[in-house]
Amino acid sequence: MKWGVVRFPGSLDDNDALYALAEVMEQEAALLWHKDTSLAGAECVLLPGGFSYGDYLRTGAIARFSPIMKSVEKFAADGGLVIGTCNGFQILCEAHLLPGALTRNRSLAFICERVHVRVENERTPFTRAMRRGDVLKLPIKHGEGLYVAPETELLQMEERGQIILRYCDADGAESEAANPNGSMRAIAGVANERFNVFGLMPHPEHAVEAMLGGTDGRKIFESIAGRA
Amino acid sequence: MQVKVFITPRKGILDPQGRVVEQSLRTLGFKDVTDVKVGKYIVLNVAAPSVAAAREETKRMCERLLANPNIEDFSFEVEGE
Repeated sequence: MKWGVVRFPGSLDDNDALYALAEVMEQEAALLWHKDTSLAGAECVLLPGGFSYGDYLRTGAIARFSPIMKSVEKFAADGGLVIGTCNGFQILCEAHLLPGALTRNRSLAFICERVHVRVENERTPFTRAMRRGDVLKLPIKHGEGLYVAPETELLQMEERGQIILRYCDADGAESEAANPNGSMRAIAGVANERFNVFGLMPHPEHAVEAMLGGTDGRKIFESIAGRA
Repeated sequence: MQVKVFITPRKGILDPQGRVVEQSLRTLGFKDVTDVKVGKYIVLNVAAPSVAAAREETKRMCERLLANPNIEDFSFEVEGE
C-alpha cells in the first residue's frame, strides 16, 4: 500500500512514522511537504505528531490551512483513508474532518507514558485486524489530549460507532485513573461518519518493535494496509 | 481601526487552567473568587471603511481562525464604538 506522511514545520514523528511504515510494516511510504498540494498517489495519508507551526493559537489551528491540507480534505471527501496521530488528530479536528476538539490535559501536565486503550469498533478500515474489546498498549506524549465535544454530538457518535478507542486499564476496564488526560467519555480515538478518517492521541508508530516496548501499534497499520 | 478580541473557554467546557488559577487565588486568601476562566486576548488592526464593516470582518476572522466554536466563545471591541 502507498502511504504519504505529511511533514509540517514542527512535525516530530514524521520520520518515526516513515520508519514504522517502510522498514517495519514493509509499506511504500513517502514524505509529503506541507507546502505541496500533491499527495503523490498515496492510498493512505498520515498526519504525524509534533507541534506543527509551534501549535500557536491552538494545536493544529494553523496547520489545517497549509496547502497540503486542501488536498487532504479533498482526498478525504472522495473516500480516501486519512489517519492522524496526536498533533495529526488535533489538525483533523481543527479541519473539521473529525468532530470535537482536543484541549489542555485535566492535570495541566504534559503526559509521556504507556497507556491502554480498548477497541470499541472493529468494523472500520483502521481496526479491522482487531476485535471489539481488544486492549492495546500504546504510548502517549501530549499536553493537550483532553477530548471534548458537545453532549448531543457525543450521543450521535456513540450511536454511529464513531468512538473507536477508549482509555482503559490493562484488563480493559474504564476508570478515572485509567483516563490519563480527562477526555470526555474516556475517548482516545474517533472516526468520521464515513469511517475513512481516524484520529487518535496514542502513537501506533512508536509501538511497532518489541525491543522498544511493544508491537500493538502494528495492528492499526495492519488493519489499514490489509484493505488495499 | 484597532480591534480587541477576547476568547474564553466555552461555558460547560472544562477549563483546567481556570480551575487551577482559582484554587491558587483561594490559597492566597482571595476567598470570594469564583468562575475563573483563562482565555486569550488578541489585538489587531483592520483597515475598514466603517465600524460595522470592521465588526463583520472581525467576526469572520474569529469564526475562521481565531476561535474554535467547539470549545471557545469570542467577543470583541472595535475602536470608536
